[in-house]
Amino acid sequence: MTRAAPAAASARLIGQRRPARVLGLVALLLGVVVAALLSLLLGSRSIDLGTVLGILTGGGPAGAGTGTGAGAASTEQMVVLDLRVPRTIIGLVAGAALGLAGALMQGLTRNPLADPGLLGVNSGASLAVVIAISVFGVTSPVGYIWFAFAGAAAAAVVVYAVASGRTGPTPLSLTLAGAAVTAVLTSLITLVLLRDLDTLSQYRFWSVGSLVGRDASTVLPLVPFLVIGAVLALVLGRGLNGLALGDDVARGLGQRVGLTRVVAGVAIILLCGSATSLAGPLVFVGLVVPHLARRMIGTDYRWILAYSAPLGAMLLVLADTVGRLIAQPAELEAGIVVALIGAPVLIVLVRRDRAVTR
Amino acid sequence: MSGAGALGRVRAGGRRRLVVVVGMLALLLGVIAVLALMLGDRVVAPQDVLAAALGQGSGGDRFVVLGLRAPRLALSLVVGACFGLAGAVFQGLLGNPLASPDIIGISQGASAAAVTAVLLFGASGLAVSGAAFAGALIAAALILLLAGRVGRSGAVGSGGAAGSRFVLIGIALAFLAQALIGYLLTRADVRDAQGALLWLVGSIGTVQLPQLVVTAVAAGLLAVLLALLAPRLRMLQLGDEAATALGVRVTPARLLLLLVAVAFAAVATGAAGPVAFVAFVSAPIARRLVGGLGPALVASALVGAAVVAGADVLAQHAVAGLQVPVGIVTGIVGAPILLTLLARGNRTRGAA
Repeated sequence: MTRAAPAAASARLIGQRRPARVLGLVALLLGVVVAALLSLLLGSRSIDLGTVLGILTGGGPAGAGTGTGAGAASTEQMVVLDLRVPRTIIGLVAGAALGLAGALMQGLTRNPLADPGLLGVNSGASLAVVIAISVFGVTSPVGYIWFAFAGAAAAAVVVYAVASGRTGPTPLSLTLAGAAVTAVLTSLITLVLLRDLDTLSQYRFWSVGSLVGRDASTVLPLVPFLVIGAVLALVLGRGLNGLALGDDVARGLGQRVGLTRVVAGVAIILLCGSATSLAGPLVFVGLVVPHLARRMIGTDYRWILAYSAPLGAMLLVLADTVGRLIAQPAELEAGIVVALIGAPVLIVLVRRDRAVTR
Repeated sequence: MSGAGALGRVRAGGRRRLVVVVGMLALLLGVIAVLALMLGDRVVAPQDVLAAALGQGSGGDRFVVLGLRAPRLALSLVVGACFGLAGAVFQGLLGNPLASPDIIGISQGASAAAVTAVLLFGASGLAVSGAAFAGALIAAALILLLAGRVGRSGAVGSGGAAGSRFVLIGIALAFLAQALIGYLLTRADVRDAQGALLWLVGSIGTVQLPQLVVTAVAAGLLAVLLALLAPRLRMLQLGDEAATALGVRVTPARLLLLLVAVAFAAVATGAAGPVAFVAFVSAPIARRLVGGLGPALVASALVGAAVVAGADVLAQHAVAGLQVPVGIVTGIVGAPILLTLLARGNRTRGAA
C-alpha cells in the first residue's frame, strides 16, 4: 500500500464529516440561544416571551397594552434587566470559558481525567477570596473578582513553574504539581476558615459556585482576558492534536511542543481565572463538557474546542435556570445543579463509550 | 547462563535495596514514634518513654505516654498505612497517577455521609466514623455498579481507556458528593459548618480506645487479605494478557483487589477523615525508593504511616499553643516535600 491511499481516504472522510460538524455547531449555537431565552423567561416569576422581547428591545414591556398594570410591568422589567440578564450573561461567558479551558487542560495533560482546577486555578482563586473576606473585609461577589483572578493566575503560574523544572512540563509533572499546590492552598484556606467564623459564613456561599448577585457590568473588565483566552484556545487545536500523539511525534511533524504548552497554559489561566472570578469554582463544567464534545465529534481538538464553548455556556445557563425552579421558593446554586446535571450525563457518556476517548 | 546469572544478581540487588529501604523507613517510624510519645505539655525524656513503654517508670509518665499519647500515635500509624496501601493498590490497578481515593469519589462519599450525619443528625464520635465508613463503601459500590459489565475484560478498570472509565465515573460521583456537601454547608448554622469542616480536613483528635481497636483489627484483616492477593496484583500490572497467561483470573482478581483498596480507604477515612494527599502520594514515593516496577506495598504502607504520624507530631507541637488538624499539615508541609521527592525520582527514572 502506498502512503497516499490512507491519506486520501482520511481526507475524504474529513470532507464528508465537515458539513455535519458545521451543522452540529450551528445547532449548538441555537441551543445556546434557547438556553439563554429560557433563563430570561423562567424563575419564581415566569414571564412570557413577548414581554421579555419587548423589555429587551424597547425597554418598555410589550405587555403594557394588554392590561398589565404599570407597577407589574416595571417589576417585570426590573426582574429581567437587573436580575436575569446579568446572570444569563455571566453564565454564558463563564460556561463557555470553562468549556474551552477544560478542553485545553485535557489536551495539555493528555489526561481525560484532568479538569482546569488541576492547574491550581480554583484553589488560588479561593484562597484569594478568603483573604479578601477575612483581611480586607470585602463582602460582595463583585468585590471578589480581582482577588479571585489574581489568585487564580498566581497559583497557575506557580504550578506551571514547579512542573517545568529544568526540562519543561510533562503531563505527569503538571498533574502532580497541580495536586500539590492545590493541597497546600486548600489547607491554608481551611486553616483560616477553622479560626474565622465570619469568613466561613461568607466564603461558603462563594465556594459552591453561583451566578447570583453579580452585575452585568462586572464582566466588562474581564472581556479582554476572555477574548484573548478564547482566541488562543481556538488556534491551539492543531497543536493539541500534535501533543496527543506524544511529544516526539509532534516534534517530528514540525510542531513546537514547548510553545504549544506555554500558550495553552496562558489560555487556561485567562479563561478559567475569569470564569472562576465571575462565578466561583465550577470546575465540573470544564471536566464534563470536553467529554460531551468528544462524544459528538471525535478526537480532533480543533472541533472539540469549537464545540466545548457553546456546550459549556449551555450547561451553565441551564443549570442556573433549573436551580431557580426546583427548590422554589428558595434557589439552588448553579454550582450544585451543574453537578446534579453533569454527573449523570458524564456517567451515561462513559458507560456508553466503549471505544473510550482520549 | 550468564544472562540468568545477571538477572539473578539484579534480583538480589533489588531485594537488598528493598530491605535497606524498609529498614530505613522503620527507623524513621521509630524516631517519629519516640518524638510523638515524648512531646507535649509534659515532656517525657526518651529513656523515660522507654521505661513507660515497658511498664516501668513513674505513674504520671506511664499515664501520659501509654494512656494519652500512644493511642493517638497508634491510630495515626494505622491510618497512614491504610491510606498508603489504598493508594498503592488503586494506582497499581488503574494505571493512572490520578487514581487515588481522594480523586475517585471514595473520600468524597465518606465525607458526604459524615457531613450529613453531623449536620442533619447531630452525630459525633464513633457514629460519624461509622457514617464515613458506610459512605465510602456506598460510593465504591455505586462506582462499581455504574462502571458495570464486570465480566468484560477491562471493565473494572485497567491501565488506559477502561481504567479511565472507572475513574471518570468515580470523579462524577465525587462531584455529586461535593455538591451535597456544599449544599449542606451553606444551609447549616455556620458553627456546625465549622465543625463539619474540621472533620473534612482530616484530624486525629482524642482517640477513644474502641475506635482504635476496631480500626486496627480491620486494618490487620485487610492487610492479611492484601498479602494473599499481592502476587496477583503484580501480575495484573504486567497487563491483562500476561496475567491471564500466568494463570490469573483477571476479573475476579481485579474486583477483589479494588474491594480491598476501598476497604482500606474506608477504614482510614472513617477513623481520621479524608487526610489530604497521603493516599495520592505514598505509593509513588515508595516505588521511587524501592525501585523496580512492582506495587511496593510494604514500603507504601510505611511511607503512609510515616507521613501521617510525622504530620500529626507537627500538627500538635510545631507551633506552641496551636493545635491544627493533621490534614492541614499533610497539605501545607507534606505536599511540597513529597512533590520534591517525586521530582527527584523522576529525574533519575526519566519520563514516568
